[in-house]
Amino acid sequence: MELYGPIFVLGGIGAAFVVVSMVVGAIAGPKRYNRAKLQAYECGIEPTPQPAGGGRFTIKYYLTAMLFIVFDIEIIFLYPWAVHFDALGVFGLVAMLLFLVNVSIAYAYEWRRGGLEWA
Amino acid sequence: MIPLTDSVPAAAIASPVITEEPPSIDYAVLSPMLVVFAAGVVAVLIEAFAPAARRHSIQLGLALASVLGAFVLTVLQVGAMPDAEAGMAPEEVAGVTTAMNSVAIDRPTLFLQGTILVLSFISLLLVAERRSGESAFAAQAATVPGSEEERSHVLAGSRHTEVYPLVLFALLGMLLFPAANDFLTMFVALEVMSLPLYLLCGLARRRRLFSQEAAVKYFLLGAFSSAFFLFGIALVYGYAGSVNFADIHEAIETGGSTLFVGGTATPLLLVGIAMIAVGLLFKVGAVPFHNWKPDVYQGAPTPITALMASGVLVAAFGAMLRVFLMAFGAAVADWRPMLWVVAILTMVLAAVVAVTQRDIKRLLAYSSVVHAGFVLTAVVAATPEGLAGALFYLAAYGFTTIGAFAVITLVRTHENGPEAADISQWAGLGRTSPLLAGALALFLLAFAGIPLTSGFIGKFAVFQAAVAAGATPLVVVGVLASAVTAFFYVRIIVLMYFAEPEGAGPSVIRAGTLTGSVIGLGVAATLLLGVYPTPVLDTLLPQPVEAALEPGMATEDGFTR
Repeated sequence: MELYGPIFVLGGIGAAFVVVSMVVGAIAGPKRYNRAKLQAYECGIEPTPQPAGGGRFTIKYYLTAMLFIVFDIEIIFLYPWAVHFDALGVFGLVAMLLFLVNVSIAYAYEWRRGGLEWA
Repeated sequence: MIPLTDSVPAAAIASPVITEEPPSIDYAVLSPMLVVFAAGVVAVLIEAFAPAARRHSIQLGLALASVLGAFVLTVLQVGAMPDAEAGMAPEEVAGVTTAMNSVAIDRPTLFLQGTILVLSFISLLLVAERRSGESAFAAQAATVPGSEEERSHVLAGSRHTEVYPLVLFALLGMLLFPAANDFLTMFVALEVMSLPLYLLCGLARRRRLFSQEAAVKYFLLGAFSSAFFLFGIALVYGYAGSVNFADIHEAIETGGSTLFVGGTATPLLLVGIAMIAVGLLFKVGAVPFHNWKPDVYQGAPTPITALMASGVLVAAFGAMLRVFLMAFGAAVADWRPMLWVVAILTMVLAAVVAVTQRDIKRLLAYSSVVHAGFVLTAVVAATPEGLAGALFYLAAYGFTTIGAFAVITLVRTHENGPEAADISQWAGLGRTSPLLAGALALFLLAFAGIPLTSGFIGKFAVFQAAVAAGATPLVVVGVLASAVTAFFYVRIIVLMYFAEPEGAGPSVIRAGTLTGSVIGLGVAATLLLGVYPTPVLDTLLPQPVEAALEPGMATEDGFTR
């Protein structure tokens, strides 16, 4: 049981830090609100991406994220294959090509459906 | 702390081996899944390149053809299975594993896959149904509900033909889920099945905010349960040194991997089993992991609800049966008490809560939770009879529940209105449309387990298996719970036939060919499996040869290792 002692101590310190810093911040921190302070962080879009008067959600950022995933996943699988492609042989090559074709289809879908048009 | 041996033997820590031998893949065995997957990929291409006006008919044709083709391929594989004859060793009648033992195709798997394919085919008919140019799906789900842009899309007749590739991908996951023979494949199948469903849940045409809420809830809770499942896999891997079901089975029998001294790793296994159980019990919707079910069933488009209540439930229970009876089969004494508690909670709590429900789809959702409890009694039994009973129950319940949801799509509050959600709005349906009310009454009686319906045979099979396995108290609870459920099923029937409608009563849409055939198939299957279940039960129940094996073998029989 004493083996877990340090873990409990660390957990206690962590919890204490959270509580203390929040309480001190609430008590001692200055509260001067202005326009800039109430705005969203500088991540680009408003926190509620609902256009005034209704309409579609702007999903440009999401589309960029989706594009990223398409290529990111591709790279993740290409790396180990590239390291051992000689050992993996023809089977590995065919499997990789099939995978690339499938990923490209997702890409083609996004392109055809206007995901690449920034407007 | 778990003591490790002083010097870990070098062989115990498996180093990754790159072989020049490519894994042997039996494409014939995988063909049903490959057909569905290929159709899904082609469907995405159609979405990208085919003209919008013709997409719907192409997609529907492709989806139906691929599901039909996959079913034919599954049936061909059943034919290719060697028959069990006297004097044959169990290995000879067992199925095959392929792709480095990651997929196992045996008799239970083929039955599950065939059932899932048939149920998905029927659900696809419901998905395709359109009434006066209106499907069950939103014209453009990305628009804000109630906005001008949404109106313009509705007026322009936009359609989400993406529904078909999404259903096909979900179907691929459903087919792979019960066939997976290691935990990684199973996890991939789980995600492939779930991700399209999260999206599909948010596509309802009416009550869009409800639908979006359902999708978000399902996604968040589903992701949460997936995390539990994954953590459980990691712990079980730590215990057994493998994710393969057969290896885990062997590791449990020998007391853990060679890394641990004298079975000291049991806590890893127990916590792992519990966490994997959380993931699987969430998918089947057992108490206390059932809270998503009423919300999601209510908010999702009704054809998708039908697909989830039938195909997904079958797939999830198929996976659960394989994991618990096969991978964890040797630890049955450890997990049985847990499932006892879960089964009792599921049956009692869901039955009681269902009595208070006013919304017909929520009511059927709670009823689905209760039925999950009934099937769990067969899992607790952990015998070949229990397996057979569970498989029969799932198939029977799937047909009936699709039929019931098909009826729900037809009954509206008023002409061109939304579906009549509150059960009080169903008053007087028996007089205005006796056929439809009769079909629903039959489905409800089958849910209640009245003789001459498939529900009775299913319940009888699972309860009999549970009694034979010594779980009599569980069966007593089950019978009591089904008496409670009978109350609210009969209440709806009474309401339809004997209550005075408020105002004009519900407005019933004339059933189109598609919905009509779905209800017809549901009625036919419910009656046929209820009156003449022998052929199906005979193929499911273990053959006398297998039953003659020593009892130790029997618990894991049926599934290929």
